[in-house]
Amino acid sequence: MKPQSRAFKTNATQALTNEPLKKALGGIKHGFVANRARARANLPEFEQLRDEAKAVKEHTLAHLDLYLEEYEKKVTASGGHVHWAPTASDAREAILKICQDAGAKTVTKGKTMIGEEIAINDYLEDAGITPVETDLGEYLIQIRNEAPSHIIAPAIHLTKDQVEADFRKLHTSLPYDRVLEEPAQLVAEARKMLREQFLAADVGITGANLLIAETGTSVIVTNEGNGDLTQCLPRVHIVIASIEKTVPTLEDANTILRVLARSATGQECSTYTTFTTGPKRPEDPDGPEEYHVVLLDNGRTEMLGSEFHDMLRCIRCGACMNHCPVYGAVGGHAYGWVYPGPMGAVLTPSLIGIDEAGHLPNASTFCGRCEAVCPMRIPLPKMMRHYREREYEKGNTPHRYKLGLKLWAFAAKRYRLYQALTGLAIPLMARFGKRSGRFRTIPLAGGWTRHRDLPAPQGKTFQQLWREKEAKS
Amino acid sequence: MSGAEDRQSILDAIRSALHPKGDDTARKQAVRERLTSHPSNLVPRRGKASGDARLKLFIETLEGQSAKVSRAKSANDIPDIVAAYLRESNLPAEFRTGSDELFDRIPWDKTPALTRHQGRGQGSDAVTMSRARSAAAETGTLFLTSGEENPTTLNFLPDTHIMIISKQDILGSYEDAWNALRDIYGARTLPRAVNLVSGPSRTADIEQIIVMGAHGPRRLHVIIVG
Repeated sequence: MKPQSRAFKTNATQALTNEPLKKALGGIKHGFVANRARARANLPEFEQLRDEAKAVKEHTLAHLDLYLEEYEKKVTASGGHVHWAPTASDAREAILKICQDAGAKTVTKGKTMIGEEIAINDYLEDAGITPVETDLGEYLIQIRNEAPSHIIAPAIHLTKDQVEADFRKLHTSLPYDRVLEEPAQLVAEARKMLREQFLAADVGITGANLLIAETGTSVIVTNEGNGDLTQCLPRVHIVIASIEKTVPTLEDANTILRVLARSATGQECSTYTTFTTGPKRPEDPDGPEEYHVVLLDNGRTEMLGSEFHDMLRCIRCGACMNHCPVYGAVGGHAYGWVYPGPMGAVLTPSLIGIDEAGHLPNASTFCGRCEAVCPMRIPLPKMMRHYREREYEKGNTPHRYKLGLKLWAFAAKRYRLYQALTGLAIPLMARFGKRSGRFRTIPLAGGWTRHRDLPAPQGKTFQQLWREKEAKS
Repeated sequence: MSGAEDRQSILDAIRSALHPKGDDTARKQAVRERLTSHPSNLVPRRGKASGDARLKLFIETLEGQSAKVSRAKSANDIPDIVAAYLRESNLPAEFRTGSDELFDRIPWDKTPALTRHQGRGQGSDAVTMSRARSAAAETGTLFLTSGEENPTTLNFLPDTHIMIISKQDILGSYEDAWNALRDIYGARTLPRAVNLVSGPSRTADIEQIIVMGAHGPRRLHVIIVG
């Protein structure tokens, strides 16, 4: 899709008044967040496993060229083909060619964020090939012609009433008076409609959560089983994966899998984890006759060794967005491209440029929850700060902001002046806000108070309170 | 650019980012060593459970993930368990399996009502049966390998999937399970597909409400033999 990240502010403002969206996002706290906390409490070694998972990726990235060569060697030895794609357009061309050579009319797809990144669906459709999303969430947004709003729950912004309306519009072969009230009825209908597609598809495209150099294996993790039907039924299987998905061994894959599902959905493990190595063997009764892996760079090698290097450890669990107050308020579409939330605020400008996505690193309160829950311990706020600095240096910061920052810096660097100013302002605000304990509006701060109240200060500045506390002890 | 040039350009970009003036000997050595010795990282304590504790962990975790678990003293008991299960669940008394020798050893004719079909999975299969190669108790996960013995399509196409596993094949951790497969298939070699299955298919894509049977089996029944 064409990036809309420049419009972040408008998108975010609209999102804040979107009632169905608010309702849909409200479920994250009791779902993903609570479940992750439970899974973490259930595994005493969880924090240590995070350190180990980080170490696995650090080691892999430091030897990435060599592990990729080993991985390719093993894929080839098992009868598969590796296609190297420096850019998104190289990847699209490679995929289209494989589909055309196979004479494909329909292509089933497992969930793949790389597929979204390279916008493969539109490209195939333009060439007369029909892509069919089979992950339920992806199917729901494909019907609506929308982008995913979450990396593991692409349709998290939708309510079941919206899904029901879409199904009635699309599945016209079914009786209109059928009952579609419960999620179970909607899921059963999608299962029935997609089953025929699985059996008819010529090519199956999946992503990969991991690529294993030891054995030349691609790994997918799903709960629905759709990825497996996508890759074991059609005659041709194409895996699309970015280069940093590589890990050395099965043991290293274990370590990452132990933190992945727990951080993502809060499950001990996903229902299906599938390790695929090459095409069907001579004695196999099923499986694809051709197995292709398209390895995508698309800006990753530029991140390697830069201040955004650590972002390459990301395993796409979505914990950062589940715990982000900004994401929780505006949802994923406001971010305007494929990757939302804190990981998107770092990855999007790295992949499509700071001019396109400069607003995203600013969409953070720097509360630090994203880094606190990241299984790979990626310092997301630090990297957003790097982008803010870059944006400032490039002169992309509006004049009004610069002036404000300069004024604040002028005062903050002069201790006595700062003390005098805050010593005057805080008691004054405390007096005015005493009755309700909060301000509904504040002059010059309408942008802030339009969507929330500002709690009134209690009467003393932080510095004063700190001094009192120190004096007491 | 041609395929070979694309490949080279990505590898060159990685090398120049990682070690502009490099001697590769130490890096190559580190990679070779890791791939051949595949050292284990931290294994959670629960993955080291043994004996009855391990079996209990496996069963409880799997049941917690919405699978049904039964015990059979020997292969001879399997037909009765299967027949009873299919009857209780209102399912037809027929199922499909691969060519695994285990299925030939089971005295199906003991329960004449049961019909066993053979071959790869079909879109119309209501019930299929597979043998799991090994299992890891740490997350209640069964390891199934592709091939004529247990075709992969049997794992995903039916409404109801029955899995048979020998008690001795239930191991503690993922590491143990992979090592068991290394013993069968050899170093740095895997069958075309290894499916790790930890319950029936599910989705929570509509309002985060869990619904069973998204695309794969709605029901998973695991029978432990021994």
